[in-house]
Amino acid sequence: MADAPFNEGRPRVGLFVTCLVDMMRPSIGFAAVKLLEDAGCTVEVPEAQTCCGQPAYNSGDRADTRALAEQTIKAFRGFDYVVAPSGSCAATLKEHYPTLFEGDAAMKAAAEDLAERTWELTSFLTDVRGMTAVESAFAGKVTYHDSCSGLRELGVKAQPRRLLESIPGVELTEMTEHEVCCGFGGTFCVKYPDISNKIVTAKTDFILASGADTLLAGDLGCLMNMAGKLQRRGASIQVRHVAEVLAGITDQPAIGEPADKLPPRRV
Amino acid sequence: MQSTSHAFKDNARAALANQTLQKAMRHVKTGFIDKRAKARAKLPEFDDLRDVARDIKNHTLANLDFYLERYEEKVIASGGQVHWAPTAEDAVKAVLDICKRVDARVVTKGKSMISEEIALNQAMEQAGLDVVETDLGEYIIQLRKEPPSHIIAPAVHLTKDQVEADFRHHHRELPPERSLSEPVQLVAEARQMLRRRFLEADVGITGANFLVAETGTSIIVTNEGNGDLTQTLPRVHIVVASLEKVVPNLEDVSTILRVLARSATGQEFSSYTTFSTGPRRAEDPDGPEEYHVILLDNGRSNMLGGEFQDMLRCIRCGACMNHCPVYHAVGGHAYGWVYPGPMGAVLTPNLIGVDEAGHLPNASTFCGRCESVCPMRIPLPKMMRHWREREFERHLTPATVRAGLGLWAFFARRPKLYHFATGLQARLLGRVGRAAGRFDALPFARGWTKHRDFPAPEGKTFQQLWAERRKAEGRR
Repeated sequence: MADAPFNEGRPRVGLFVTCLVDMMRPSIGFAAVKLLEDAGCTVEVPEAQTCCGQPAYNSGDRADTRALAEQTIKAFRGFDYVVAPSGSCAATLKEHYPTLFEGDAAMKAAAEDLAERTWELTSFLTDVRGMTAVESAFAGKVTYHDSCSGLRELGVKAQPRRLLESIPGVELTEMTEHEVCCGFGGTFCVKYPDISNKIVTAKTDFILASGADTLLAGDLGCLMNMAGKLQRRGASIQVRHVAEVLAGITDQPAIGEPADKLPPRRV
Repeated sequence: MQSTSHAFKDNARAALANQTLQKAMRHVKTGFIDKRAKARAKLPEFDDLRDVARDIKNHTLANLDFYLERYEEKVIASGGQVHWAPTAEDAVKAVLDICKRVDARVVTKGKSMISEEIALNQAMEQAGLDVVETDLGEYIIQLRKEPPSHIIAPAVHLTKDQVEADFRHHHRELPPERSLSEPVQLVAEARQMLRRRFLEADVGITGANFLVAETGTSIIVTNEGNGDLTQTLPRVHIVVASLEKVVPNLEDVSTILRVLARSATGQEFSSYTTFSTGPRRAEDPDGPEEYHVILLDNGRSNMLGGEFQDMLRCIRCGACMNHCPVYHAVGGHAYGWVYPGPMGAVLTPNLIGVDEAGHLPNASTFCGRCESVCPMRIPLPKMMRHWREREFERHLTPATVRAGLGLWAFFARRPKLYHFATGLQARLLGRVGRAAGRFDALPFARGWTKHRDFPAPEGKTFQQLWAERRKAEGRR
């Protein structure tokens, strides 16, 4: 499937925006679009997408999970590829949807078809499109957190680093335990906030010890968790999605950073 | 043991506030992980062996009745006895009956998680027996009257200083001015205290890492040699083991042993791997007069053929908890029963019910590190999710979580409405929070903002901006 001769070498990619990027930080979506277009793809964004269903799936709510999976499968029918700027959401489509439809052969086949076409962004750019370098003027000392689902379910590890290292201004410095969970875990961080806090405290210790000025990762949930903790601790390190840096779209303030210098708001 | 799994949240909070525990837990995080990684790196076929080990156990579980009956035949043929124990009570009764019949006073024990599961020590003590744990970690927690906090390192929640204090408190007959600041001194003192007890024991109880169907052999894997003294010196050796410990033959054992110690402690092999087949024969220089195996079910046969069967492959190496960020944060006692960490989160609800242990499969970030290191390739996150599904079906999920999920799903299943609602939300939160960039308190996300700031959205959703861009490009 990786080298399927679709559309005369200019494949049609459906962007799975992910609910967090859609609502919180659309600039990641535009960064993904730019990278995909640079990789020779035509990008479309189906309106009938919302969320991959992980909150329901990981809470044991099978009925809503199936409904959202069906909705997503339908929305992305016909694309050569489906790409998400998130290892966690891509893994849900790729690794978990096919397990949801035991006993429904037609839906199972449709889910498997979607799974075969689905990729995490940096993995798609390198593993499928063969990209080895990106055009980006970003300069800084960055450290990269391996988000769990992307790393362990999809094998995303070398791909973002390879692309980052192609940027002349980027110096990559690894933090200790970069493969260890940040404590986000979707609903986990609000169900068990104190345990989550302990884990993200340890994580941010390592981030700060790395000496980097920018923290990158491929999943916005993890990034919001780590950024929120770093900022609560008063750290000045900037936090961005890896796609922003790879695409050179960094005119937006980093995650949680003010447009103007003001203390954080209370509601 | 009385479970406190239902109070996991309170247990966890106390554990997080316990500075001594937090200090002790730091060693777990580094020691075990580095050692396993090194051992794995030195054996290129390690991951292939995991596949073979998995297949051996799958085959055994698919034919469990056959192998258990064969095992029993062989035990009997070698002069031993098998006592089938459907429940914990049955297992305890079988042990107490043997102890009573042989008029036992002192019972030594090698490390056994099954004996923890059936609360054997309490029952034996109530029956007037003098019970002595001989594994160093178990000895320490017996002095402290605590349950183990880890399945292979029962006292891993303690610091060296705590152990020293315990020894000074309990070993009053030793000179108070002695030095106990070095680990080697603590080990020597425990050895000195235990040596005499080994010789006094009437009955020795061990667990089993494997039961071999081909030969009727029970196998223990240890590092201190206490297991050998426990099972060789007394008149009676009792093995307490659960039925999924059976494997077809010695070849299979050798294969699984190659992944066991490496996964557990990073050793290529444990210091002692001890095989016991029946009581002492006429030509043997030593060994017990009687050899008994208590074969415990306690709910395991209900797991066969269902979505939790894979859990019965577990060989109790502890790698899952050694690599678990939640276990590192709260330690083993917070889980509230015998088995902590990811394997406990799957097994405990099977054994004591999901009503009691419902928190455990929820208290996971699904980071997947447990599954990635499990030598038996047990899909632990998947099975935790199965428990969450059962809880959801049975309405055990908290009402607030259910309501929130229901509301969210109502919108998420209606894309047009969803985009309208998220558009409003992004605009509102964006407008309020954009200047500062983030919120340090949000009424609907207190669990989040108690510990960290929440970033403000950029103001418009991607879908809105994409539609605007398409319009500007005149392509709509």
